[in-house]
Amino acid sequence: MHRRRLPDLFRILCVVASVLTVATLAWMVLEITHQSWPAIQKFGFGFITESRWIPNRDLYGVLPFLVGTSVSAFIAILFALPLGLAVAIFLSEDFLHPHIRQAIRFTVEMLAAIPSVVYGLWGIFVIIPLVKIFGAWAVVTFKGVPVLGTLFHAPTYGNSLLTASIVLALMILPTLTAISRAALVAVPSTLREGSYALGATRWETIFGVLLPTAAPGIVAATILAIGRAMGETMAVAMLIGNSTRLTSSLLSPAGTLAGLLANQFGEADGLQINSLMYAALVLMVLTLVVNMLGEMVLRYTQRQTAGIR
Amino acid sequence: METTTPTAASSAATAVATRADFLKVDHFHFFYGKKQALFDVNIEIPERQVTAFIGPSGCGKSTLLRNFNRMNDLIDGVRHEGDILIDGHSIYDPKLEIIALRRSIGMVFQKSNPFPKSIYENIVYSLRIAGRPSRKQLDETVERSLRGAALWDEVKDRLHDSALGLSGGQMQRLCIARAIANQPEILLMDEPCSALDPIATVKVEELIHTLKKDFTIVIVTHNMQQATRCSDLTAFFYLGKLIEFDRTQKIFSNPGQKQTEDYITGRFG
Amino acid sequence: MSATATNAPAPIDFLSRVRSADSGKRAFGNTLLNGVCMLLALLTLVPLVSILFLLLKKGLPLLNLDVFRLLPPAAGMTGGGFGNAVIGTLVMVGLALTLAVPLGVLAAIYVNEYAPASRLAHGVRFVAKLLTGIPSIICGVFAYAVIVLPNGPIVLLCQKLGLPFTGGFSAWAGGFALAILVLPTIILTAEQALLGVPKAYREASYGLGATNFQTIWHIVLPDAVPAIMTGIMLAVARAAGETAPLIFTALFSQYWMHSIKEPTASLSVLIYNFSTLPFEHQVNMAWTASLVLVILVTIANVTAQIAFRKK
Repeated sequence: MHRRRLPDLFRILCVVASVLTVATLAWMVLEITHQSWPAIQKFGFGFITESRWIPNRDLYGVLPFLVGTSVSAFIAILFALPLGLAVAIFLSEDFLHPHIRQAIRFTVEMLAAIPSVVYGLWGIFVIIPLVKIFGAWAVVTFKGVPVLGTLFHAPTYGNSLLTASIVLALMILPTLTAISRAALVAVPSTLREGSYALGATRWETIFGVLLPTAAPGIVAATILAIGRAMGETMAVAMLIGNSTRLTSSLLSPAGTLAGLLANQFGEADGLQINSLMYAALVLMVLTLVVNMLGEMVLRYTQRQTAGIR
Repeated sequence: METTTPTAASSAATAVATRADFLKVDHFHFFYGKKQALFDVNIEIPERQVTAFIGPSGCGKSTLLRNFNRMNDLIDGVRHEGDILIDGHSIYDPKLEIIALRRSIGMVFQKSNPFPKSIYENIVYSLRIAGRPSRKQLDETVERSLRGAALWDEVKDRLHDSALGLSGGQMQRLCIARAIANQPEILLMDEPCSALDPIATVKVEELIHTLKKDFTIVIVTHNMQQATRCSDLTAFFYLGKLIEFDRTQKIFSNPGQKQTEDYITGRFG
Repeated sequence: MSATATNAPAPIDFLSRVRSADSGKRAFGNTLLNGVCMLLALLTLVPLVSILFLLLKKGLPLLNLDVFRLLPPAAGMTGGGFGNAVIGTLVMVGLALTLAVPLGVLAAIYVNEYAPASRLAHGVRFVAKLLTGIPSIICGVFAYAVIVLPNGPIVLLCQKLGLPFTGGFSAWAGGFALAILVLPTIILTAEQALLGVPKAYREASYGLGATNFQTIWHIVLPDAVPAIMTGIMLAVARAAGETAPLIFTALFSQYWMHSIKEPTASLSVLIYNFSTLPFEHQVNMAWTASLVLVILVTIANVTAQIAFRKK
């Protein structure tokens, strides 16, 4: 009789822990919404379309930061995708020595382990000077050219959207590589054999059979990497210049939602806090949606490949 | 080892002399790393006939088959001695491009492996990788190949549907159509019916009868009844050695070697 | 009846037919692409090498024991160290683990051992997946709202219970933010660890008449501990390197830590603060701190992968 009590207690503990876990997410959403309520009441959806952020006048809008978040993520993917795919293909095929493959795999793992703030520091020392040089060249070369001229116009700053995007690309590379590689490895080897038996070369097989079959998985990898890029804070905050205005030039300072939060929370009060909370809510919803989309695509692709077998 | 030349060679009226040693294996040894899988195999496979390789699991029949189109080259650490010749030319000639060799030999695998593309795209895949054929060429190839594989009537209205929607037997016939799209000389089949139900198996076996008019076929099978039904010649392998090679009729009614007789009568599997 | 051509090849010499394919061109394209792919893959080595090189070149000079004994230098001054930051990082990571490990492991036990098909279990898995995608700064925002703000719920709760806590920037808040950050990792790795325990063990235990609790406590958990430790080490590596959750929860401090209710220094925030100062010495200090942080994180990661591998 006495022995029976203990196990029940343990199970109850575990249930409590589970409930608390689920509650945490709910609490997070609720609490942040609660704190942003005054700002939501005052600005409504106009918060998202308003392009001015002026604490002195209690006027807040996050459009520049939304644009900054999206554009930096997009450019980061532009850089990271070819690189990440090349590494994924490289790691999933076997045309080079296993030692070299191991070295690359180790490199990617190390890149994933380096803290964001160290990336920022490195970016200040290495990428900013490079971007300044590139910027000076680009401004002159693209002057007057229709689209490129607007994207790259004077003046050039070191702390700019371009700088942050480049470092961001490095930071999302491991995620992209890992998921893409898993997708490539999951393609049944019978398909590979079938292609070779028809007389295809390795790369014809890769482009003709492997990549198309692994495409959904690679799409999932891209979406999840975009989600990561949007949430990245420190390196971006240290490199992007943290301006609160909309610009069209990649060489000008810009701002992201995460950077905004990092910079202003420490010294905010009053309505500014509420508006920052509102901005946090926007960021949270944005990343949640992107991540859920990525997970859905990932699960879809896993069912697909299982079907081919 | 005995070879028997088909009687067609004596007929002067035929435009093409069928060669008795079209596919020739000459003192061939094969190694997976340190392990030897084939021991001094000598065999001459004639053109436009069906030759069956039979024998218990692990006897080397699939290994030998996969060497004909050098698919074993994809495995690390393999090594061979001796030679394999097609129409008198060694397939190991360094001047010979492997991918060109594979285009001239079709292969059908044990488990059908259509690409996750449409039926149409599966067949034209090998044409697309080799050049930029016209739409007309592609259409002609698709119809010709599907007719050759006895699949045209069943799928002609849904050529652009996914190949994965076909039944098991249809998928295997699609793989056969894909393999003959290139108009290869030789068709290699590695236990093509082992994953199929009896009805699909019958269809594929009937197909083999038709195909041998145009192709030299080598089929690996562990089903002796299938060998009796489909093949003109049979080679029996055991533990990496060729034990006996003769007309199928003779092998199954009056085998020359005791080991052959033991296998055929089921004394060992 | 349109296609009358047969599938038979024309009776020409096999070798010449085989040679005439454009295989030479295709083989060349193949080799070219091999080269391009390799080049791109090796390109990823460049940034890593650059980072490691700079870490050593700029960080090593100032690395000595003093750095762990001294406090951060004021603006414009030289000398000093970041001893308080190292302690702060360790303390807050420890706080995070104290909160997240019991919670995460217990939840994983429920999900895997007690009621895997229940709605609560699905909920936990779903939430854990979602939480992995939350930006780390949102964890900081949440901790800010809940602990730092004077009207936050935790503060109100403490007042009701009579506990002396009035909110504000503190190590508590930082630890809490980090706990939320690593909770999903702990849950997911603990679940994997439990799944890795062979079913046969459990069946043997139940077959002998043991209760759920006894089976879990005596059989399953001990077997899963190495893998759970791996997850904890990975969480440590992650938490130690994070800055965003700390910059407006634990803030920073120039002094040694007295209590966890005060603003507390941490390695990551120190690097952030110092790297943007216009003083060369401070920037160099940031590099040294980065070196120490990367070494710390690498040790944690390597420990996770090697030391706790099941035989």
